[in-house]
Amino acid sequence: MSKEAILSAIRRGLKRGPLPADQRLMLEARLAAHPRHLIPARSRLPRAEQVALFIRNVEKEFGSVRRLADAREVPAAVAEFLAAQNLPPRLALAPHPELMALDWSSRPMLQVEARRGAAEDAVSLQHGFAGIAETGTLMLPSAPDRPTTLNLLPDTALVFLRASRILGAYEEAFDLLRAELGGMPRNVMLVTGPSRSADIEQTLELGAHGPRRLHILLVDDDPAALSAP
Amino acid sequence: MQVTSPAFKDNAARALADPGLQKALGKAKGAFLQRRAEAVARLPEFEALRDIGRDIKNHTLAHLDFYLETFAANVERAGGTVHWCRTAEEAREAVLKICREAGARTVTKGKSMISEELGINAHLEAHGIRPVETDLGEYIIQLRRETPSHIIAPAFHLNREDWEADFRRAHTDLDPNRVFAERRDILAEARAKLRQKFLAADVGITGANFLIAETGSSVIVTNEGNGDLTQTLPRVHIALASIEKVVPTLEDCVSLLRLLARSATGQDFSVYTTFSTGGRRPGDLDGPQEYHVVLVDNGRSEMIGTEFQEMLRCIRCAACMNHCPVYGAVGGHSYGWVYPGPMGSVLTPSLIGVDKAGHLPNASTFCGKCESVCPVKIPLPKMMRHWREREFERHLQPGAARTNLALWAWFAKRPELYRLATRAAVAALRLLARGRGALPSLPFARGWTVGRDLPVPQGRTFMAEYAARQRRK
Repeated sequence: MSKEAILSAIRRGLKRGPLPADQRLMLEARLAAHPRHLIPARSRLPRAEQVALFIRNVEKEFGSVRRLADAREVPAAVAEFLAAQNLPPRLALAPHPELMALDWSSRPMLQVEARRGAAEDAVSLQHGFAGIAETGTLMLPSAPDRPTTLNLLPDTALVFLRASRILGAYEEAFDLLRAELGGMPRNVMLVTGPSRSADIEQTLELGAHGPRRLHILLVDDDPAALSAP
Repeated sequence: MQVTSPAFKDNAARALADPGLQKALGKAKGAFLQRRAEAVARLPEFEALRDIGRDIKNHTLAHLDFYLETFAANVERAGGTVHWCRTAEEAREAVLKICREAGARTVTKGKSMISEELGINAHLEAHGIRPVETDLGEYIIQLRRETPSHIIAPAFHLNREDWEADFRRAHTDLDPNRVFAERRDILAEARAKLRQKFLAADVGITGANFLIAETGSSVIVTNEGNGDLTQTLPRVHIALASIEKVVPTLEDCVSLLRLLARSATGQDFSVYTTFSTGGRRPGDLDGPQEYHVVLVDNGRSEMIGTEFQEMLRCIRCAACMNHCPVYGAVGGHSYGWVYPGPMGSVLTPSLIGVDKAGHLPNASTFCGKCESVCPVKIPLPKMMRHWREREFERHLQPGAARTNLALWAWFAKRPELYRLATRAAVAALRLLARGRGALPSLPFARGWTVGRDLPVPQGRTFMAEYAARQRRK
């Protein structure tokens, strides 16, 4: 058995046999407690500044953000963004209850299909689980109502995010994931800006295999985040 | 993969005389350095995080058996399968078997250095399965039938002209007179070509930057999104990973992620950092049906308990090669196997033998830059010295080197004679130089002076200078 051969070679190198029970217990306790290490101070800020840091970092990584006072403004904001970018008024939508509940009929020109992403999609709208201010990163876990392909296949990826879901550090986002989803979904993407490559002469170009544009519709549902610094 | 490490000296000489390569190296050299320095400057905690990164990896390696078993159990709990492979042959067979059972005709691939090490592509091709590299750099390398020259920038050795020529040669269905006005036109063509491949593939093979014991997840880090398309669209996902990739928890992983992108490309965070755990869940609209982890040893377990154990901390960021004056002069292909630069000079002898790779740890100026930028503080120069010792012990060096070392040692053990000899050497060099500051050639050492000048000693010997200063005090 290769498994046994590998494990015994490791133990031989470590000059010991299988771990004694008390040491195993200690390691299992470490896994269960999953202690945090040093978290950079940059994201420990009052709410309003934390949200501002998130936005600043998204923009630094070539994404864009539009703040909306209410989720009901999302269909209009989507329509306006597509028109401004000269994109067809058509999008694939994550079948998430919060997005499905929006009144898309208020924008009759907009064709909206709730489904997974397809290769020919120009535009998608995903439901964001959390935002991480530290680096302007979106956490997008997979679920039946959050298909992964929406993050990858369209040319333009739109993401719905509530300001109350913006956290400071990655650790906080994973704790939220553990608390709300009870474990790891099949796929968790941490997305920081649109797709890019520097493989040609180490020079950065946007729009490799993933979306060329990343636009976040940020719904200001957190009063504490509104008081502008 | 064919090993040309024994011919390092010839490889290096050819590389130094290759104008295309020198142009590419000259262009790329500064970019990574500056971006890394800026990213590090933006994070005041970076130095403290290096210690933490080192400690996390040391803790994991000290309990590697436990964390691998825990990882495997959690992969299986999430519905995935782990294939433990002792050797490269076992790993190739495991990958082929999964592909055959999936009835695969084409396989898309994310960038993976372990795949290069194992020779997965050649093995699949030999059995009628077509592997398609999807990372932009890997894609052109595959078109050229070459190997990567850098662990995170596979096409480091190429110039824009090469890209244009290769794309015209390979994409014959497109207008031969099309114009590549910008780099992004090259990128757009690759995107369009590869989109079709992503959709057609039966199996997707990625590497893994980390494996997480706590959750049974494999983690990939990319900027392009090709790795994500590779692991999301086909029916089967295979993650290839060597055993030292495991870390205990998500918290351990993100601490290392804070170091990885900054050290590698100088980004604060890469565009896509993705955690995969098992196959498609009930109700999911996408994602692979099957999730396999091919867990590869291939010589790593033998490094544990030796003076090379610390090399297993490596997170493959490439900072060491980006900062290495030797790599910057001769490029990655000169090293003759998968891993170039300082990390390759330490790892390659461990994996293919010091008899084949003995030149690599000697190709160092010991400037120490590699260790000073390593995000997990691997003492690379010290380990290159260990390899030199082993090489000496095993009588692998040429006779002349051994004789000269023995001669030097004989003098070094006799301080009075040694001082006399160095005084004589200083005088002789000055005589030879006749007022010049450097000697372009030396009798009996033409090999050494072919590529460099020897600066002529400007004062007395060190010992004479030291003694004079002591007297002055």
